[in-house]
Amino acid sequence: MAKNTIIPFGPQHPVLPEPIQLRLVLDEERVVSAIPVVGYVHRGLEKLAEQKDFLQDTFLIERICGICSFIHSLTYSMGIESMMGLTPPPRAQYLRVIWSELHRMHSHLLAVGLLADAFGFENLFMQLWRTREHIMDAMEATTGARVMLGTCCPGGVRKDIDPELLKFILTTLVTVEKEMDEQMPVLLNDYSVKQRLCGVGILDKQTAYERGAVGPTARASGIAMDLRTHGYAAYGELGVEPMVETDGDCYARTKVRVRELYQSMNIVRKAIGQIPAGPINVPFKTKPDGEVVMRAEQPRGEVLYYLKGNGTDMLERLRVRTPTFANIPPVLAMLAGCELADVGVIVISIDPCISCTER
Amino acid sequence: MFNAVSKSPWVVHFNCNSCNGCDIEFLACLTPHYDVERFGILHIGNPKHADVLVVTGSVNNRNARVLQNVYNQIPDPKVVVAMGVCTSSGGVFAGCYNILGGVDIVIPVDVFVPGCPPRPEAMIDGIVKAVGILERKRKGEVFPTAPKPTHTFKPSEEQSAEKTVIKEEKTV
Repeated sequence: MAKNTIIPFGPQHPVLPEPIQLRLVLDEERVVSAIPVVGYVHRGLEKLAEQKDFLQDTFLIERICGICSFIHSLTYSMGIESMMGLTPPPRAQYLRVIWSELHRMHSHLLAVGLLADAFGFENLFMQLWRTREHIMDAMEATTGARVMLGTCCPGGVRKDIDPELLKFILTTLVTVEKEMDEQMPVLLNDYSVKQRLCGVGILDKQTAYERGAVGPTARASGIAMDLRTHGYAAYGELGVEPMVETDGDCYARTKVRVRELYQSMNIVRKAIGQIPAGPINVPFKTKPDGEVVMRAEQPRGEVLYYLKGNGTDMLERLRVRTPTFANIPPVLAMLAGCELADVGVIVISIDPCISCTER
Repeated sequence: MFNAVSKSPWVVHFNCNSCNGCDIEFLACLTPHYDVERFGILHIGNPKHADVLVVTGSVNNRNARVLQNVYNQIPDPKVVVAMGVCTSSGGVFAGCYNILGGVDIVIPVDVFVPGCPPRPEAMIDGIVKAVGILERKRKGEVFPTAPKPTHTFKPSEEQSAEKTVIKEEKTV
């Protein structure tokens, strides 16, 4: 038997925007197993959150990850609200849905674009990111920031969206949909793209379930799991169906993301159509006390927050379980037995967010 | 041959402890809306082909060695652009137990671009400035490292004493 070789994949690698190392145990060109080496972006944010007060934490929490920042602060705020027994006004709930879905759209376009870059289709990467800029413009117009929105806070949201800006979001969506209608057939029907994605990195339903996959990775393997169906914020009134594929390969994961892009667009339209008037936050004077576990659906899957307060300004404990952390064991299962040349595509197909994972 | 370097600088990007915000904004610079390729700037993965190192985030003990390696592999003349406030002090994470400080404690920095995250326009401005410095470095000028942004977090003496960079970290 030939001796196995170990080659390092990362921490600095062209397909990875973030540092994680995978030690690939190879038998010739075939990957036998992969050993993840993490810690390159560990900052110690959970400890820092205990040293700041719970309102400052809202903005610290956003910086766990720059891609899904709003949904992090949303989950945190929902947790604090549930500890203090607050119910945000309906308009705030709808505004939260609008910003969450804009974030999901920009994140999915980013992920699909990076995937296109990983299999060498640079033109498509550029086109998808150009479309993404329209959504970034909409976020900047409504909040004043492109990445760290800073609008969600315990009790509601900090900014309202004017009727004109709501109209601007709708016109943006028309542009985005028009451009996506041109790009998505190329991504999903192109012969060369299918050669790189179909049947690569297969994760069957049983393995996905056993290894605890979440988000698009789980949904592409046939597990109908989407926390938005539980109806947090205003999702209960908007009706969300999980997008499920059954193949479990890189192509299925991409297809789930593309379908979710169109779904998010419809959710935003529906939310803008039925957004009620009224206040956008509730005042409070209490301090968080007790324990709570709060979950929400991020672009990459389910995020779980554990918060423990003791009636003072500071939280006693804050723990975050992010979606990529849950998706690392499934990706190791996908890598076993694949070709070395497919490693980049497989890793990017789960849309890894290492900053989230290591905090 | 070296005349071409400042006309078409190649950029390598290293995420050094960042939250991703700066990284996606830097990648957005490369794409058609902002398009730094019109300055001849090309994003590549191999530090051995690069002239400019774009680094985001702060330094911890694990990635200090990697950052040093990436920097050493870039051939001279080279410039370093530090994106975001974390690169100068740790930014919002200053005070975390695993943050040693800005990237300037490991490698010399030529341009700091402050912001959390900086706007793509500011990043483009930073890279263009760095290209100017690269041109002058090519002619043999010696450049001092850039001054830090004025409003930056300064750790207390106790904190800075207990955190020191471990340069020799042994890995398998």
